[in-house]
Amino acid sequence: MLSLNVNGKHVSADAADDTPLLWVLRDHLNMTGTKFGCGMALCGACTVHVDGQPTRSCTTPASAVSGKRITTIEAIGATRAGQAVQSAWVAESVPQCGYCQSGQVMAAAALLAANRNPSDADIDSAMSGNICRCATYPRIRAAIKRAAKGLRA
Amino acid sequence: MKTIVNVSRRDFIKGSGALVLGVALPASTLAQMKVRTFAPNAFVRIGTDNTVTVIVKHLEMGQGTYTGLPTLVAEELDADWPQIRAEGAPADAKLYNNLFWGPAQGTGGSTALANSYEQLRKAGAAARAMLVAAAAGKWNAPASEIKISHGTIYWKDRRATFGQLAADAAKLPVPENVTLKDPEDFIYIGKPARRTDARAKSTGTAQFTQDVKLPGMLTAVVLHPPRFGAKLKSFDASKAKALKGVQNVVAFSTPVTDGVAVLAKDYWTAKKGRDALTAEWDEAAAFKLSSSQILDEYKKLAATPGTPARTEGDADKALASAAKTLEAAYEFPYLAHAAMEPMNCVVRLQAEGCEVWNGEQFQTVDQMAVARLLGLKPEQVKLNQLYAGGSFGRRANPASDYLLEAAAIAKASFSGTGGKAPIKLVWGREDDMRAGWYRPMYYHRLQAGLDAEGRLVAWKHVIVGQSILTGTAFESMLVKDGIDATSVEGASNLPYDIPNLGVFLHSPKMGVPVQWWRSVGSTHTAYATECFLDEIALATKKDPFELRRALLAKHPRHKGVLELAAQKAGWDKPLPKGRARGIAVHESFNTFVAQVVEISTTEKEGSHRIDRVVCAVDCGVAVNPNVVAMQMESGIGYGLSAALAGAITLKDGMVEQSNFHDYPVVRMNQMPPIEVHIVPSREKPSGVGEPSTPVIAPALANALAALEGKSPRVLPFSNQEISFA
Repeated sequence: MLSLNVNGKHVSADAADDTPLLWVLRDHLNMTGTKFGCGMALCGACTVHVDGQPTRSCTTPASAVSGKRITTIEAIGATRAGQAVQSAWVAESVPQCGYCQSGQVMAAAALLAANRNPSDADIDSAMSGNICRCATYPRIRAAIKRAAKGLRA
Repeated sequence: MKTIVNVSRRDFIKGSGALVLGVALPASTLAQMKVRTFAPNAFVRIGTDNTVTVIVKHLEMGQGTYTGLPTLVAEELDADWPQIRAEGAPADAKLYNNLFWGPAQGTGGSTALANSYEQLRKAGAAARAMLVAAAAGKWNAPASEIKISHGTIYWKDRRATFGQLAADAAKLPVPENVTLKDPEDFIYIGKPARRTDARAKSTGTAQFTQDVKLPGMLTAVVLHPPRFGAKLKSFDASKAKALKGVQNVVAFSTPVTDGVAVLAKDYWTAKKGRDALTAEWDEAAAFKLSSSQILDEYKKLAATPGTPARTEGDADKALASAAKTLEAAYEFPYLAHAAMEPMNCVVRLQAEGCEVWNGEQFQTVDQMAVARLLGLKPEQVKLNQLYAGGSFGRRANPASDYLLEAAAIAKASFSGTGGKAPIKLVWGREDDMRAGWYRPMYYHRLQAGLDAEGRLVAWKHVIVGQSILTGTAFESMLVKDGIDATSVEGASNLPYDIPNLGVFLHSPKMGVPVQWWRSVGSTHTAYATECFLDEIALATKKDPFELRRALLAKHPRHKGVLELAAQKAGWDKPLPKGRARGIAVHESFNTFVAQVVEISTTEKEGSHRIDRVVCAVDCGVAVNPNVVAMQMESGIGYGLSAALAGAITLKDGMVEQSNFHDYPVVRMNQMPPIEVHIVPSREKPSGVGEPSTPVIAPALANALAALEGKSPRVLPFSNQEISFA
C-alpha cells in the first residue's frame, strides 16, 4: 500500500510501485485536475509541486515521493501565489481549451513563490516546459506579471 | 390589463419549475416539441434559482463558443452576465443542427457563432418577451411599460428577478415573432464579456472526457497496427493477462482499424498490459509508401494538367506570350492536430442502449456511426457533451474513428465476458500521433507571367494532394466536378485581379487517413499563393504591400485588413540592418486576416527571432472582441508550430513521429508578442477560430525573403535549417 502526503492529507493507494504519481492522483485518488498530455515529461500538463518544486507527475513514480509534500491544482488556490495566479488567469482571459492550464498554473505558482518579480527571461525559463496548443502564451506571460504585481503590493 | 392571452395548453412549452424555450425554431419543429414533453430541446432555460442556462449546440474546444453564444442570448434577454451558464446540447439533428450544414449537428468551418447569430438572439428575445408578459400578468401592467435591465424586471416600484417569474412565464405561449434589438442598443455584443469557462479552467475543475469516472468503469489502452490498413491476424495476451490488475484483453475491429485492447481499472495497468502484448498483422492491404515516394508521385502529377477548379482567360496562352515568367513549387508535409488532450471516449453499453461521454464535435454523425456499429437506433445512443482539450478539427472525425473504437471495445468486452463495465478508451500521446487523420501532404506548382511593363498577366496554380471530403458526409455538398472545395479553397478564390488565371487539382488516393486541420485548405493555399506573390513583387521590384493593394482594388475587405495591418505595423518606416518585415493577407470562412511579421537575425548562425506580429481582422460584428483577439493569437501560435517544425513523415508506411520531442510545437520562449486590431463592422459576424492560422507562415516566410532574399519553399522551415529562438 502506497502512502502519500497530498495537499496536507495522508492518503494511501493500492497501486503498483512503478505507477507514476499522475495515475495515482487521477485513477486511485480521483483527483483529476492534474492532466495527462504526453507521458514523457515533455508537455507539463501533469505538473504538481513536490516539496514546493514543480515536478512532472507523469514520469515520477509515486513510490519515489512517499514522505514528501505533494501539492496539486486542487489545493494550490490555498497558497498566496496560487491564488494570485488563478485570479490573474481569469482577469487576463488565459484559458482557451483549458486542458494544459492546471500544469501552467502550477508552474507559474512555483515561479512566483520563488520570485515575485520575474523578468521575461525568468518566465521563459520557468514556463517553456509547459505546452499550450491553443498558444495562450502571451496571456500567460501577462497574467504572471499581473499576479507578481499583486504579490508585491 | 393583460396583454398576453393564454392559448390552449398544448401550445405551452413548459419545464418543471423552469422556463424552457425553443423559441427560434421553425413551426414544424415546434409542433414536434409539443408532443415530446419536457425534453431539454431548446436554447434557454431559466431556473427559479435565477440562473439562465444557455444550451450550446456547439463544442467548446477553446474557441470560446460557451461565451460567444450565451452572449447572444444575454443580449436580447437583457440578462445579467454573471447569471449566465453554458451547457452542451444533446445530439439532435432537428433542434441543434448547424444551420450552415443542413440536417447535421456539428462544429467546424468557423461556423458556430455565424450560424447561431440570429437563432440565439431570437431565442433570447422570445424569453424576454415571455418574462415581460409574465410580469404584466402578475402586476396587471401594460407590457409596453415593463423594462428589463441586467436581469431585473421593472415596472414603477415593482421589481422581480427572472427566477421569480420563471414559473409564471413557463405557462405562457411562445411568441411566433420577436423583434431584435437595434445594434445601437447592444450592451454585450461588441464588449469583452468574461469567458464563462475561465474560472473552472484555471482551477482544474473543468470536466474533460479524460476526467469521467463511472462506477465499475475500466480503462482501455489499445494496440494499433503498425501500418494503416493492416488486419489483425493473431495476438498473444498471455503476458498482459499475467499482470496484476489486467481485467480483460479483447480484439476489436471497426470500419477504420483493427486492434487489441487491454482493460484495467487504471490507465497505468492497462498501458503496461498493452505494452506486453504481441500481435501479428496481415499487411497485404496495408499502406507501405514513404513520404519521399508520395512526393515523387505528386511532383509527376503536378507536371500534368489536372482538373480545372477555376479558369479566367487563358493562363497557358498568356504564359507562353509573357515577357517574363516565374515559377515556384511548394511542399507541405502531413500534420497531426496534436491537441493537448489525446483522443479518448467513454462508452457505457447496456441492453437498452448506449451512452457516450465525449468532447463531441460531430454529434449526429457520431451518433449514427456508433448506432450502426452497435446495431442500435440512433436515438438509443445518448451523447453527453464535455469540454474538449483542444481539437483543431480532430474530434470531428469523418469516420468517427475513436468513438467507434471505444464502442467496439465495449461491445467486445460486453459479449465476451457478459460484463457491463463502462469503457474509457484512453490513447497515449503516441497512439494519438500515429493514428492518422492528418492534414494531407500537398505539392503546389505555380507559374506567373509578366508583361513588358512588369504587370502580372498570368497565374497558373496546380495543386496535388489527397481529397479530405471524398467519402465523407460532406462529399455531396462540397465535392463537385471532381473538385474537393477544401483542397483548393484559398487558391481557387484568389482575390487578386489577374486577367488570365487557372487553378487545377489532382486528388490522388493514398492509404493515409486525412482530415480537416484548423483552417483546412488554407493551411497550404495561403502559403503558396502569398509567398509566390512576394516572389513576384521581388522580381518586379515592387513593394509587397503596394502590389497587393493594387491587385485588391475590387476586394475592399481584403484591402481593409491589409491596410490596417500595414498601418499599425508602420510598414512605411525603415528598419535597421538585420531586421525585416513580411506581410500576408488571406480570407477563410468569410473572415479576412492580414498579418505583418517583424523578424531579426540573432547572433547564432541561421537563427532568427520574431520580434512582433501585427494582426488585423475583419470578422463582421465582433461579438466579443476579447475572444476574437484570443483566437487570432491562438491561430498564430498554431500556424507557427506547423511552419517552424511541424511534420508527420512516413517511412515504409510507418509514422516516424510519436510525441512532442519529434513533433515539436511552439513553446513560451518562441511565442512572439502579438497585437490584434479589429476592423469595425456592421456585417454579419463570421468565425474566428481558424482564419488567423494560415496567414502567419507566409507572412513570416515573406519576412525571411525580405531579410535574406528568398522564402522557404519546403515546409516546415526546420527542414532547411531555418530556426527561430
